[in-house]
Amino acid sequence: MPAPVNAQFLLIQVFNGLVNGAFYALLSLGLAVIFGMLRIVNFMHGALYMLGAFVAFALGQMFGLGFWPSLLLAPLMVAAVGMILERTLLSRLYSLEPSYNLLLTFGLTLLTQDLVKQVMLSKYAVSSAPYTTPSELTGVVNLGFVVFPKYRLFVIGVALLACLITWFIIEKTRVGAIIRASTENPVVTRSLGIDVSKWVTGVFGVGVGLAGLAGVLAAPIYSVEPYMGAELIITTFAVVVIGGMGSILGSIVTGFAVGVLAAVGAAVYPPMANTLVFVLMAVVLLVRPAGLFGLPDGAR
Amino acid sequence: MTRSNIKTLIASAALASLTALPVGSALAQTLKLSNNVVKLGVLTDLSGVYSELSGQGSVKAAQMAAQDFMAQNKSFAGKVQVIGVDHQNKADVASNKAAEMIERQNVDMLVDMPTSSAALAASEIAKTKKIPTFVVTGATTALTNEKCSKYTFHYAYDNYMLANGTGSAVTKRGGTSWYIIYPNYAFGQDLNRQMTAAIQENKGKLVAPSDATPFPNTDFSTYLLKAQTLKPKIFGTMQAGNDLVNVVKQYNEFGLRQQGISLGIGLLFETDVAALGQDAFAGAIATLPWYWNLDQRSRDWAARFEKAFGKKPTWAQAGVYSASMTYLQAVARAKSDNGDAVVKTLEGYRFSDFFARSAYIRPQDHRVILDVYTVQIKPKAQAKENGDYFTKIATIPAAKAFMPLAESKCKF
Repeated sequence: MPAPVNAQFLLIQVFNGLVNGAFYALLSLGLAVIFGMLRIVNFMHGALYMLGAFVAFALGQMFGLGFWPSLLLAPLMVAAVGMILERTLLSRLYSLEPSYNLLLTFGLTLLTQDLVKQVMLSKYAVSSAPYTTPSELTGVVNLGFVVFPKYRLFVIGVALLACLITWFIIEKTRVGAIIRASTENPVVTRSLGIDVSKWVTGVFGVGVGLAGLAGVLAAPIYSVEPYMGAELIITTFAVVVIGGMGSILGSIVTGFAVGVLAAVGAAVYPPMANTLVFVLMAVVLLVRPAGLFGLPDGAR
Repeated sequence: MTRSNIKTLIASAALASLTALPVGSALAQTLKLSNNVVKLGVLTDLSGVYSELSGQGSVKAAQMAAQDFMAQNKSFAGKVQVIGVDHQNKADVASNKAAEMIERQNVDMLVDMPTSSAALAASEIAKTKKIPTFVVTGATTALTNEKCSKYTFHYAYDNYMLANGTGSAVTKRGGTSWYIIYPNYAFGQDLNRQMTAAIQENKGKLVAPSDATPFPNTDFSTYLLKAQTLKPKIFGTMQAGNDLVNVVKQYNEFGLRQQGISLGIGLLFETDVAALGQDAFAGAIATLPWYWNLDQRSRDWAARFEKAFGKKPTWAQAGVYSASMTYLQAVARAKSDNGDAVVKTLEGYRFSDFFARSAYIRPQDHRVILDVYTVQIKPKAQAKENGDYFTKIATIPAAKAFMPLAESKCKF
C-alpha cells in the first residue's frame, strides 16, 4: 500500500486549502477593516457570518429566492444589521476601555445564535438546514491533478475578488484615503470637514458585510446551523493575530496561507489539524508580536 | 379516662385491626408504589443536535406508553407520570439532572439518553440511587461492558451492533476495501475499532489506516480528497449527527460516488436523511433497530405517533416507547416500583413488541437483544411516500446482532 502522502497529494491539499483559506481571508479581512477604523475587536463576527448563511436559507424558504440573489442580498442585510448595532449599541462604548466592547459583542453573539436556533426549530423544525449548490455550479471538474467540485473553485474566485476590491478601495482610492485618515487621526480628519462617525458606521457595515458574504458562500458546503461561526471565528482570530491586527493585505495573505497550512497539516497528521494554526500563532507572537504584516505600535 | 372510654378505645382498636390489617396485607400483594405514582423520567436532548431525533418526540413516546399501559391495565391501581428533562448532551449536566430527577422529582426510572458520555454519567448516578435506567439513544458498548450497572439496560442498538451489521453486510456485498474516518472521541474511536474488526472478519481490508477527524468538524475535504487518491471501494464514515450530514454533503459535492467509491455509514438516524434528502445517501448501507414502515405493526404505531406528535417517529423515539412500556409491564409484574424488584423481573425476560422483535434481556450484562435490520437507502424516485427511505437487505436475528456474552466484560 503506497502512502498517500506524496508530492501530488500534497499539491492537491495545498489547492484544497485555498477554499478554507478563502473563508479565513474574507472573515479576517472584515475584522481587520473594523479593527483598523474602530479599534474594536468584533467578537460577533462569527455570528454575523452564520447570519449570512441563515438569511440566504430564510430568503429561499420565504420568498423562493435562489443562491444568486441571496449572494447579493444576504451580505447587504447582514451589513444593515451590523450598522444598526454599531449606531445603537457599539458607538456608546467607544470612549470606554476595549473590554466593554468585547463583552457586548460576545453577548450579541450568544443572542444571535439562540435567536436563530429558536427560529430554525420553531419555524422550520430543523436544527441544521440544508442549502443546495446552485445548479450552474454543481458537479466536479477534472483539473488534471485533482477532481474538484466546481462550486469550491467558485468560492476561491469570489473570495479573491472581494478581497482585492476591498484592498484596492482602501489603499488606492480617495474613499480609502479618508478611511485611512480617520483611522490615523480622527481629530485632524474631523477638522478637515469630514464626518468621521458616518464613515465609521459605513466601514463597520462593509466589514460585517464581508462576513455575511462568507456565510452565503459557506451555506452550500457546510450545513447552516446556529453555531457554524463559533468554531471558525476562533481560527479567524488566530489568523488576524498572525497577520497583524488591522493589516489589510496581511489578513488576506495570512487567511489563505493558514487555510493551506491547515489542509496540509490535516493530510499529513490529522490530529494536528486544529492545533497547527495556534502553534503558528504562538511562534509569531514570540518572534514578531505585531504580526507578520503589522507594524509595532510605535511605528504607526 | 372513664371505663367506657377505654372500652370504646379497645373496641375501635380491635375493629381497626380487623379491617386494616387485611387491607394492608392485600395492598402488599397487589401494588406497592413510591408516592403512589410510577414516574418515568425522559432524560434527553431538548435543545441541541439530537433534539430532533429524540427530544420532545421521546417525551411524547413515553407519554404514549404511559397512556397505552393504563388503557391496557385497567386494574392497575397506581398512576403513571412522565417528565422530560434536558441534559444538553453534556456528561456533567446529565449527572446533575439525573440526581435532581431522582431525589427531588421522585422519578422511578430513566430513559433515552443520547450521547454516550451523558448516558454513562446518568447510569452512574442511577446505580447509586438504585433506579432502573434504559439507555436507548446512547451508543457506547461500555454500558454493557466495563461500565455496566445492575440498574442499567441498554436498549435498541450499540456500536457493536452497528459495526457488525453494516461492516459485514457491506463487505459481503463486495465492498472489500475501505477507507474509514471517525470523529476523535469515545463514540467514534469505539465505532472505528468495531467496524474495522467486522470488516476484517469478513475478509475485507482497510486501504489505509483510519483517520481521526477533529470533533465537531465542518470541512472534510482533506479526507475526501485522500479517498480520491486511495480509491477504496467504500468510504466509511463513523461521524454522527451534524458531522455526518457534512460528510455526506461533501461526499456528493466531490463526486466520489461517480468515481466508484460507495458510502458506508456507521450510525444513521432518519433525521440525517431528512436533512440532506435521500438522494444524497442513495445506495448507502446502514443498520437500524427499527424504522417506521418496517411492517404493518410498525406502521400502525407510527401512524398513532404521527397523529399525536405531528411528525413520523425516529427509531430512537420508537425505542423510548418500547423501553417505557417494557418497564411499566415489569412494574405491573413486580407489583412494585422498587428498583431491585423491577430489575429482578426484567432480567431474563423475553418479549416481542412492534419495536423489539424476539427480544431478550440478558441477565448477565443487561444488553436487550432484538432483531435488527441492514437497510439500503432508496433514491427519491423509488420512494412510495414521504419518509420512505429504506429497503431492507437482511434481518439479523437477535442472537447474532449483538456482542456475544462470551466477549462481554460486564461484572455487576
